[in-house]
Amino acid sequence: MDIIVCIKQVLDHDIPPRDFKVDEEKRAVVPPANVPPIISNFDEYAIEEAITLKEANGGKITLLTVGDESSRDSLKKCLAMGCDEAILLNDSAFEGSDSFGIARILAGAIKKIGSFDIILCGRLSSDWSFGTTALALAEALDLPSVSQLQKLEANGDTLRCERVLEDGEEIVEVSMPCLLTASNEINTPRLPSVKGILMASRKQIPVWGAGDIGVDTSQVGAGAATLELTKLYKPDYSTLCEFIEADSLEEAAEKLATRLREDKII
Amino acid sequence: MSNDVLILAERVDDRIALVSSELCGIGKKLANEKGGSLVALLLGGPGTNDLAKGLISLGADKVLSAEADILTGYNNSAYVKVVDSAVNEVDPAIFLVGCTSVGRDIAPRIAFRHGASYANDCIELSLEDGMLCAVRPVYAGNAISHVRSKGTSINMASIRLKAFPLTDVEEGRAGEQVQIDVSIEAGELKMNFIESRQVESEGVRLEDAEYVVSGGRGLGGPEPFQQLAELGKLLKAAVGASRAAVDAGWVPTHMQVGQTGKIVSPMLYIAVGISGAMQHMVGAGPSKNIVAINTDAEAPIFQRARYGIVGDYKKVIPALTKKFKDLLEN
Ligand SMILES: Cc1cc2nc3c(=O)[nH]c(=O)nc-3n(C[C@H](O)[C@H](O)[C@H](O)COP(=O)(O)OP(=O)(O)OC[C@H]3O[C@@H](n4cnc5c(N)ncnc54)[C@H](O)[C@@H]3O)c2cc1C
Ligand SMILES: Nc1ncnc2c1ncn2[C@@H]1O[C@H](COP(=O)(O)O)[C@@H](O)[C@H]1O
Repeated sequence: MDIIVCIKQVLDHDIPPRDFKVDEEKRAVVPPANVPPIISNFDEYAIEEAITLKEANGGKITLLTVGDESSRDSLKKCLAMGCDEAILLNDSAFEGSDSFGIARILAGAIKKIGSFDIILCGRLSSDWSFGTTALALAEALDLPSVSQLQKLEANGDTLRCERVLEDGEEIVEVSMPCLLTASNEINTPRLPSVKGILMASRKQIPVWGAGDIGVDTSQVGAGAATLELTKLYKPDYSTLCEFIEADSLEEAAEKLATRLREDKII
Repeated sequence: MSNDVLILAERVDDRIALVSSELCGIGKKLANEKGGSLVALLLGGPGTNDLAKGLISLGADKVLSAEADILTGYNNSAYVKVVDSAVNEVDPAIFLVGCTSVGRDIAPRIAFRHGASYANDCIELSLEDGMLCAVRPVYAGNAISHVRSKGTSINMASIRLKAFPLTDVEEGRAGEQVQIDVSIEAGELKMNFIESRQVESEGVRLEDAEYVVSGGRGLGGPEPFQQLAELGKLLKAAVGASRAAVDAGWVPTHMQVGQTGKIVSPMLYIAVGISGAMQHMVGAGPSKNIVAINTDAEAPIFQRARYGIVGDYKKVIPALTKKFKDLLEN
């Protein structure tokens, strides 16, 4: 079973809000110093699922990312988790691409790779949360897609997929090749092993540009983006918290209840 | 291209889903500004044609309904095919969907196919020189972005649940209904819907609740959620959770509040052992009042709370339950 996993490298989502900085003039997020970027959260679940499938069915896992040279770090980490090959899609013509542009770039690379059974992505990126790239990629390649998976089972040529819904779940069967997106319920991502890290450090990560994958450069990059970012700023959510204090926590709890009553909240 | 606004309505069981009302409200406003009509589309199995009529009283000038057995369960391939034919027929200036497991699964494919612009999970929408402008939180709400469609064919957006008001129901409103043909051959699709399971919530549903008591990793295990349920019962509250509690397997996934869980807007949200990560606050933030109970005075939840107690929930929750009992039962 040959699997392609598309990952995105992002700013660590765990940085405290006070360290989160925006350059309003440039309409850009300013990454704090000394905070290394990470793999977008749901993509780790996509990787884990790919490795589980490979362990059960054999095959090969190829990683793709559209990003700059620094994305090699995240690709290495995924290789160390147990993926086989990684390709970095980087070209100045790709800069400023929106989700549709990224989908075209990924589609170009996947056509060059040729055959595969499954493309796995995350359900949503943890930085810009477009929730668009994966399904646009399925559309670009004319593949069936099942999103936000909480469970996956392979039965011969078909896959039985469980999607997480707001109030339950839904089961669909899809034939391969297809595109799937992972939700966090699906598995628990593993940490890279020491052996994995060693193996990964020896692997070459080729770079493919627009020419290598035959992408029409007028269809990607900032010029092709369908939305213009007009403003970016940090909101102020903070409220003034009234800390309820007393000699004991039990008393504080009683005071809180009384306070909520007085303020007609309960 | 017409000046019409198309919305993708949804049904749950034998009702029109609330998101349809939110979509009609904002859709109507944009259609009026554009000088076009509001067209609502509803897909589903038996009963859909009848249900769809109800969208007229929510403000739709025209309703397109697609009723077919194959649409009974949600199937991306089948739904995209029907939505695409509706989009071709209406040729709308704007197409809105809900940021739901259906809307966000369909919209990117339609947008890509039509070369449309698409803004996901929007909390405000407006027009500027005829172009759709959207406000969407990014980085889990750490930043707010404003985007404007660059004048591509259709301007598309998905709306965040609860960010837009429900529209008023106007009984007896006139409107046209068109049933659209669904011609999907069996075997033509590369996927099959098998079944869906609906979780029956005991008591109040989280998204409708006036009171919510939520637990996080700080509870240390599944058992303390019983205590939260007990406290919750007194307030007729729903019990929620953080993703950390869900990931640990302590509570089921449909209890999750947050960016990829539920958005709640109760009168009171009691967060117990929850740090208040931005992704959680996407869901809890709309609450009118937040109470935080946490051992760490520096936890970010206190920056979003109106009242706070710094301390161990094991001491606070039983005393709070007792006092609520006194106050509420007398
Ligand atoms: C893309 C993405 C999407 C996400 N979506 C969601 C989402 O939808 N919903 C969500 O909730 N999270 C979501 N998360 C995860 C989120 O970032 C946090 O990791 C999560 O919310 C943390 O849960 P928590 O507050 O329960 O755990 P922690 O952050 O570990 O906090 C536990 C808290 O409990 C306190 N505590 C410990 N012991 C006690 C005690 N005895 N009494 C009282 N307090 C105590 C601690 O001081 C601490 O503040 C998402 C993350 C990503 C990257
Ligand atoms: N630059 C990228 N390179 C490779 N894959 C990406 C990229 N951006 C997004 N993806 C994939 O698309 C998913 C959804 O991203 P998004 O549309 O940004 O929410 C991610 O989880 C990745 O699997």
